[in-house]
Amino acid sequence: MRRTLFEGLRRRPLAEAPPRADDAALAELAAQVDCAARRRLGRSLAIREVDAGSCNGCELEIQALNNAFYDLERFGLRFVASPRHADVLMVTGPVTRNMREALERTYNATPHPKWVVAIGDCAVDGGIFSGSYAVVGGVGNVVPIDLHIRGCPPRPMQLLTGLLALLR
Amino acid sequence: MLALTEIVSQGRRVDCHRPWPRVIVTADAWRAIAGALGAGRATLLGLWGETTTVHMAVADEQVSAITVASIDCPNGMFPSVASLHPPAMRLERAIRSLYGLEPVGAPDTRQWLDLGFWGLRHPLGNLKPSVAEEPPYAFLPTEGESLHQIPVGPVHAGIIEPGHFRFTANGETVVRLEQRLGYVHKGIESLMQGATIERASRLAGRTSGDSTVAYAFAFAHAIEAALNIAVPARALYLRALMAEFERLANHFGDIGAICNDASFSLMHAHCGILREHVLRMADACFGHRLMMDRIVPGGVAEDLKPDGAVRIQDTLSELRWRFPRLIELYDNTASLQDRTVATGIVSADLVRQFGAGGYVGRASGRAFDARKALAYPPYDQLDFVAPILTEGDVNARVWVRIREVEQGLALIEQILQRLPQGPIAAPVTASAGRAEGLGLVESFRGDVMAWVALDGERIARCHLRDPSWFQWPLLESAIEGNIVADFPLCNKSFNCSYSGHDL
Repeated sequence: MRRTLFEGLRRRPLAEAPPRADDAALAELAAQVDCAARRRLGRSLAIREVDAGSCNGCELEIQALNNAFYDLERFGLRFVASPRHADVLMVTGPVTRNMREALERTYNATPHPKWVVAIGDCAVDGGIFSGSYAVVGGVGNVVPIDLHIRGCPPRPMQLLTGLLALLR
Repeated sequence: MLALTEIVSQGRRVDCHRPWPRVIVTADAWRAIAGALGAGRATLLGLWGETTTVHMAVADEQVSAITVASIDCPNGMFPSVASLHPPAMRLERAIRSLYGLEPVGAPDTRQWLDLGFWGLRHPLGNLKPSVAEEPPYAFLPTEGESLHQIPVGPVHAGIIEPGHFRFTANGETVVRLEQRLGYVHKGIESLMQGATIERASRLAGRTSGDSTVAYAFAFAHAIEAALNIAVPARALYLRALMAEFERLANHFGDIGAICNDASFSLMHAHCGILREHVLRMADACFGHRLMMDRIVPGGVAEDLKPDGAVRIQDTLSELRWRFPRLIELYDNTASLQDRTVATGIVSADLVRQFGAGGYVGRASGRAFDARKALAYPPYDQLDFVAPILTEGDVNARVWVRIREVEQGLALIEQILQRLPQGPIAAPVTASAGRAEGLGLVESFRGDVMAWVALDGERIARCHLRDPSWFQWPLLESAIEGNIVADFPLCNKSFNCSYSGHDL
């Protein structure tokens, strides 16, 4: 173990250069987020991820944000285990009818001020799953959304670019 | 007692089903097949419904010969398979919830997948009765002194899929775990009905995102079997290349995540780097990190990028340099071994009874790997072994993955060396009338089954069976007698799919 640790110290960091915040995301946020609320939160955000019926593809790429290449925590963003500790809900999936209540309750358990980021094409309007009896079709039908990050699934760098807009 | 082949040979053969036979059987023959399953003389591969028919895919123990048996149930009833063969239980409950077809004599008649939020019952069946008020879901009872229950989910603490676990514990020790799934049920089978082959392939690839390659692969096999399409050699090799990329990426992710659930985050961090290397290689070779929609019926949608081979060689040498050190780290960290060895044991008997595939089966001595058993091309030309262990604990499931990573690296090299030139896809021309096909492909998690019935150019019915159907119930068994704190560890060592199961 010692060898692995020392080698790790000698290696150059793998972390990618931070991307510029996405202009479109900044514009979407500016319209919806109260600047005062943003100042109160400073430069640190706690994120609670909620899978509302995704195929798990988005989860894989969101998990990748924690690896050494994207290293989300260096920006003051981190994932938390409870909605009660969260500032941001990151929601994936077309919102299945079976998950609707759980999503609403998670949203209600998150203290104000809070933001909702919808991740992936099916979180926008149900995507490929829209029209099914089992799907509500879009996160926005259940909770108010502040930011969309599209993609199927979005790449980790796209996720990072979108999320950084929350801190600007 | 009649052998399975005899029972099946008495049925009426359906001509348009390929590559394995489908026969329509009587209720007595259906019961006899269920009896053969219950007696361990056959393995259940799948059980699914159609409007007024129920199908069952069965195989011999080596899974070299597959047969689909079908029973017509115009009055909406069929003899329960689960009454003779418990692994059929959840599949049968799902048929009942989705189609309204009644398994007569079923030991468990509670709804499955239907949690009471759809606003209708039997969404895929003929009869759509209005939704009557159902009594609250009754979890199985537990009796004894000092027992307490711990409800977990559907929203879990990590960045993972939703599902509900009901633990009954005595102090720290789990007495019973019962799963309730269905939270991510998207109605994929209903969306499939009437879809074009192209759209259906995209849907299949979004059944379980971590196995998108395997699902598209199995679906393509089913379509190609139904329509008698010969896939070009280059496409076959490129498919295997993608399938092995997917296996590597998931195994790296799992090995790290299992160690992380034993609070050993160093392994997690390093395995995360290796996983990212594989995903970037996949992106550089095929233009998508998870390789979604790259396998299509007829071949592949994307050829290997010109500099792909060089990129693969570079990544392989990096992985070959890094991974052995991590194996050493895993093997020499006593505190980690203390958590994984002898934890969450699944018996060889249960694994055989359920026909559990993937690392769950192979860590408990079941030597089944669809790549070996069915030897679908190009795996019939490639040199590899399917590693088997017998301990059946978390540690064995880690080691099966480690050995499969090593096999995967060698497989990728072989594929690169032998990659033929030529076209990457054959045209897909639908025939008039009904055509049916079955595909079985080894995902990183186990065997994914795809069954397709085509009506001309459109999908009449498509059923996708995730390996998790036969693995989730074994997790309930594995955790019994373990402490609650070891559940995440056991769960991650199974890494069952929620989305693939819930459909």
